Amino acid sequence: MTLPPGVSAAQFQQAVGRMQAVVGSDWVMTDALDIWTYRDAYTPYYGDPAGEYIPSGAVAPTEVSQVQQIVRIANEFKIPLWPIATGRNLGYGGSAPRLSGTMVLDLKRMNRVLEVDEHRCHALVEPGVSYFDFYRYLREHQLKVWLDCADPGWGSLIGNALDHGVGHGPFRDHFGSICGLEVVLPNGELLRTGAGAIPGNKAWTTFPYGTGPHIAPMFGQGAFGIVTKAGFHLIPEPEAARSYHISVPRHDDVHPFLDRMAELVAGGTLNQSWQIGSPLQSSPNARVRAALERSDGGPSAELDQLAHELNLPYWSTRIYLHGAPNVIDAQWQYIQRRLSGITGVSFKDGNSYRFPQDYDKVRDGDDGDIFARAACDIPNMSIYGMGAGGANVPTTGPRGRQPHGIVFFSPVITMSGAELLRAQQVLRAAYRKVGMPARAGAAGGWAWFRCTLVLLQVYPISGDAQQNAKLRSDVSTVARFCADHGIGEYRAHPVWMDDVMAANSFNHHALLHYLETLKDAVDPNGIMAPGHYGIWPKRMRGESFT
Amino acid sequence: MRTVVLAVVAGAALAGAAASARADQHAQQISRGKVVFDHWCVVCHGSGPYMAGTQQLRVNYGSKEPALLSRRTDLTPAFVKAMVRLGYGIMPRFRKTEVSDADLAAVAAYLSRNNPAYKRAK
Repeated sequence: MTLPPGVSAAQFQQAVGRMQAVVGSDWVMTDALDIWTYRDAYTPYYGDPAGEYIPSGAVAPTEVSQVQQIVRIANEFKIPLWPIATGRNLGYGGSAPRLSGTMVLDLKRMNRVLEVDEHRCHALVEPGVSYFDFYRYLREHQLKVWLDCADPGWGSLIGNALDHGVGHGPFRDHFGSICGLEVVLPNGELLRTGAGAIPGNKAWTTFPYGTGPHIAPMFGQGAFGIVTKAGFHLIPEPEAARSYHISVPRHDDVHPFLDRMAELVAGGTLNQSWQIGSPLQSSPNARVRAALERSDGGPSAELDQLAHELNLPYWSTRIYLHGAPNVIDAQWQYIQRRLSGITGVSFKDGNSYRFPQDYDKVRDGDDGDIFARAACDIPNMSIYGMGAGGANVPTTGPRGRQPHGIVFFSPVITMSGAELLRAQQVLRAAYRKVGMPARAGAAGGWAWFRCTLVLLQVYPISGDAQQNAKLRSDVSTVARFCADHGIGEYRAHPVWMDDVMAANSFNHHALLHYLETLKDAVDPNGIMAPGHYGIWPKRMRGESFT
Repeated sequence: MRTVVLAVVAGAALAGAAASARADQHAQQISRGKVVFDHWCVVCHGSGPYMAGTQQLRVNYGSKEPALLSRRTDLTPAFVKAMVRLGYGIMPRFRKTEVSDADLAAVAAYLSRNNPAYKRAK
């Protein structure tokens, strides 16, 4: 039994009894097996349960009024709550809280799709609605809208968006497509943001701002409230989606290539997720790997020569365009014209789908694209199949057995060749500092947030506690090293949330001080998601919670 | 003597009716289990490209067992329940708010339906 800090067993049992009276005794869970299902399935503390962040229990309401009552009980007994939606944030902490002894508030049972308007293209949903759930709803009701799902379809529209998650479809930035929140505040009061603050306002989920300060972003990656409803902007189901391959031959082509691609993103032509990769840098060729291990990553002339010998382009991408077929044709012509100034640029057709007839025909792996269904807004679990049982996932045991999970570290940079090359050098130096292979820093980047690239790093969780302890320390070092070089992340795992917030050091950490001032005002009892993104309640500040 | 025979015949008829009711219940549970399996599990344990569960089981079991869970003949209800609630490797744990205890029992009945030891309702 892991009690909340400062709460006795007797007080905890009393609080549990009060919560049971609200949601029913089945839905306040404190036995070890239930708690196991709320621990981080991919914990970086594997092999070290004493260090792992373990909840005191979980409570699962079905109604907003129950959430409010639970929050009031939490205030009375000073029991911290950690809200989860579908709790599948694997790689970023899963369902587990940051602070051991926190009670998980499981919102999965609040899983209604409340509204979908296929003309204005918006929806209102509860937290428990997963991408799978929403997709099934859209197909059952034959609604011609797209939702933009994350890689694994079991995530929650609300949960993913509130952690600033992303997708492969036309929205990419999921938080950016939120319009209107209903929130239970740390004192149990109910609030609606934006236009929803006017009772009966039908523009609640179409007009995002209302009047006055726009506070919805406070509830993403925050510790300021529990979202019980959210509006989302959608897009009309397109008539077609097509993919195209683009590649450029040389190292230095990255400069004009990313400049042109950024213009195409900013201008709205490139309106779907894409990734810049390097077939040359990904090559298993021994000479390539040796060059990438060098402190300068290898001189570009030498790497260009290797690319030429291996007949590999240096940089490449696959883009998707969606919309009416003749519009896609025009967009693709325009894209080719804009890139034609790069000598040796090459273009190739990829997949071509029509909707609604092709929903059941799209296959992950079409034209080698594991994300084909995600790009066409069809939720799936293929990202887990990328390495399972195969050679791609680093193994920690015999017979190709899987690791005990993965964690992500996600630096984000502005979309330019100079920044990409600089960031690769920074990562190489950081990895050299901690003893990871330097070439792991030769990352491609995802174009999820306007003109930026996320250089997603993936590390396996070992079966060995000491290796995991080293991983925890190494990622902390890498995060701080990146911050020292002006590079931050877009999202973080709870184990590194304090490191990530510490990077926000402008003007003596003014951002954190401001957030703490707000936190103290709205959550004086410190019960709302303590430690989320480094925001701790006053009563816990200055203590070390490892 | 006739009373005894009647009692035995009546007893057998009752036992038969009870067994038939149990068999119906078991069949319904298996049917429900397939619905739950198709909702929660087939996305990784189905057939097709990039099926994480099926691919990993192919590595784990080789040719000893079918990689497709739904075709296995050796699964037991207790094993299925343990895997779902405890997780394994990359497969995470599934909670009661996702798969209730009743639905878990149904999935366990569905996946153990080809195991000769569990074919009939116990």
